[in-house]
Amino acid sequence: MFAGIDVGASATKCMIVDESKNEVASAVRRTGMSLRKVADEVYKEALSGAGLEPDGIKVVATGFGRKNVDFADSIRTEISCHCKGCYHHFPRALTIVDIGGQDTKLIRTNVEGKIIDFKMNRKCAAGTGAFLEEIARRMDVPLEEMNGLALSSEREIEIGSYCTVFTATEILSKIREGEKQKDIVRAVFGSVIKRIQEMNPLIGDVVLTGGVVAHNEILFDLLEEALGREVLKPPKPQFTGAFGAALYAMM
Amino acid sequence: MKANYGYKDGSGEYFITIDTDKCNCCEECVKVCPAGVLEMVPNDFDIEADDMPAVTEKERWKIKYTCAPCKPVDKESTPPCIEACKEDAIEHSW
Amino acid sequence: MEKKESEYWRWKEYNWKSPELNWEDFEIITAGVDIGSVSSQAVVMGDGELFAYSNMRTGSDSPESARNAMDWALKDTGMSLDKIRYVVGTGYGRVNVPFANKAITEIACHARGANWMYGPSVRTVLDMGGQDCKAIRCDERGKVTAFLMNDKCAAGTGRGMEVFADLLGVHIQDIGELSFEIDEEPPEVSSTCVVFAKAEASQLLREGWPKNKVIAAYCAAMAHRVFTLIERLGMEKEFAITGGIAKNVGVVKRIERELKIEALKTEKDTQIAGAVGGALFGKTLVEKGKG
Repeated sequence: MFAGIDVGASATKCMIVDESKNEVASAVRRTGMSLRKVADEVYKEALSGAGLEPDGIKVVATGFGRKNVDFADSIRTEISCHCKGCYHHFPRALTIVDIGGQDTKLIRTNVEGKIIDFKMNRKCAAGTGAFLEEIARRMDVPLEEMNGLALSSEREIEIGSYCTVFTATEILSKIREGEKQKDIVRAVFGSVIKRIQEMNPLIGDVVLTGGVVAHNEILFDLLEEALGREVLKPPKPQFTGAFGAALYAMM
Repeated sequence: MKANYGYKDGSGEYFITIDTDKCNCCEECVKVCPAGVLEMVPNDFDIEADDMPAVTEKERWKIKYTCAPCKPVDKESTPPCIEACKEDAIEHSW
Repeated sequence: MEKKESEYWRWKEYNWKSPELNWEDFEIITAGVDIGSVSSQAVVMGDGELFAYSNMRTGSDSPESARNAMDWALKDTGMSLDKIRYVVGTGYGRVNVPFANKAITEIACHARGANWMYGPSVRTVLDMGGQDCKAIRCDERGKVTAFLMNDKCAAGTGRGMEVFADLLGVHIQDIGELSFEIDEEPPEVSSTCVVFAKAEASQLLREGWPKNKVIAAYCAAMAHRVFTLIERLGMEKEFAITGGIAKNVGVVKRIERELKIEALKTEKDTQIAGAVGGALFGKTLVEKGKG
């Protein structure tokens, strides 16, 4: 058995796979204050879910808090783990877009799954999960209801602001103008897509992954609409990094 | 006047500078830009002057992205807007 | 749907009229109306002297905000709008001033206004507005020689400071003074992005930092942010700050520290610089026979 633990800024994920790379168990928790504690908890939860003992399981840790996982056999960057995970599902040249809680990464790989280049935005909340969280809070909409609301939208409107803070102000004036909540929420997701497209041209086969897209499937629709072609969706997008780490544990 | 349009973010500084003292208002830069980044606007800084080129408000936040196709990796060829300007009034900071 | 929060960001709106001047003595009366994204000002000037003005929060409708600001500026002056020969609209909503004769960009107006407010020695003006931040270089007549503007991002803007006032539960006008009630200057908040800076500040509070220390750390971050703007444009003496943040001594002192130069001081209201510039442009246009 092989385990991958992805300690992200917002959520910590664990996935355990068997020799044939099939998922045996997985678990996810909010990262919170203590990275050591959450890594330990999420691992134990996955183990007990599969009725496993930690003995003999190889563990690879990834994510921004990977160095805090004391029990890991080795560590890997989240960029290589995301590639590994995505390439397993789609073995070809890819443009991988990982929307995280506090950053967004754009990774390009060649046919062999090797990284050609990558871009990361972690200086600015626009285009990341933090943007959606802040806007949901300002609109007083529970984060988990955003996707459903956006899917029910019937009218296309546009948000012109770039900055999260200015977007919040713009939304208040849209509400005053009488725009519907669901249409605004859809436009908010549209803004995330715009920020991603501005990072780098999205060429070839595009994979969308990460916790934010796992909970907000509308992002797939909107990106497909913007690109005019299909966007690849890995199974369990939130666990791509943890899955990739587990594959590294196997090597 | 040196008008700077653009921004600075985590990856660098992206400014297009237009020197209106050098500019002869020929409009060539506006015509050659394949992405419609430039437009002619009234010169509010000198009421007597002709319209001057400026970066559109919509593009000011994303010129790094919009201008990317005109930025060759080898840095030897010049973007069309700079090439088209006979007065050397346009500069890119990146 | 709008979440109710205590309104720590809310600053006082006001109007002013000259106690000495009488509008009937003026030859040319002009006005500038600056419709910003956060605040609006209407300034009435007679022969280039400040006669009356108002400063209020911009509403959702720009034309209405313009009318309200002008009505309030003229209140108790005994003068009506039709006595004004020329009105210049400026600011983000400049094209939406229904009674304006001309719209002029706020960059030109702020330089002209700073020249009037601080005198002809001003060469570098930093205008810290509600939703943008501008660094402007000008000559001795207040004519712009170079400018640079950030309106992409809330870092270094009044709106960013309002967000912090709300987060910390401190009234916005008290932030400047409180930022000096600390034992020693803390390192600045490291995140540029307001959203991430907010998260960082919350974390510092949880770690037991006193509120004032967090305020100081944010004022320093804001100062650093605008410092990099000025650095890019190049600094020439004298230096002056206009806009709402010019009233925040916590940010101003820290900008001075970074630039190693003192900003010029004024008794006048730094928030009306743009509208004053507009009114002065109006006067020039009338004199040139273009009004």
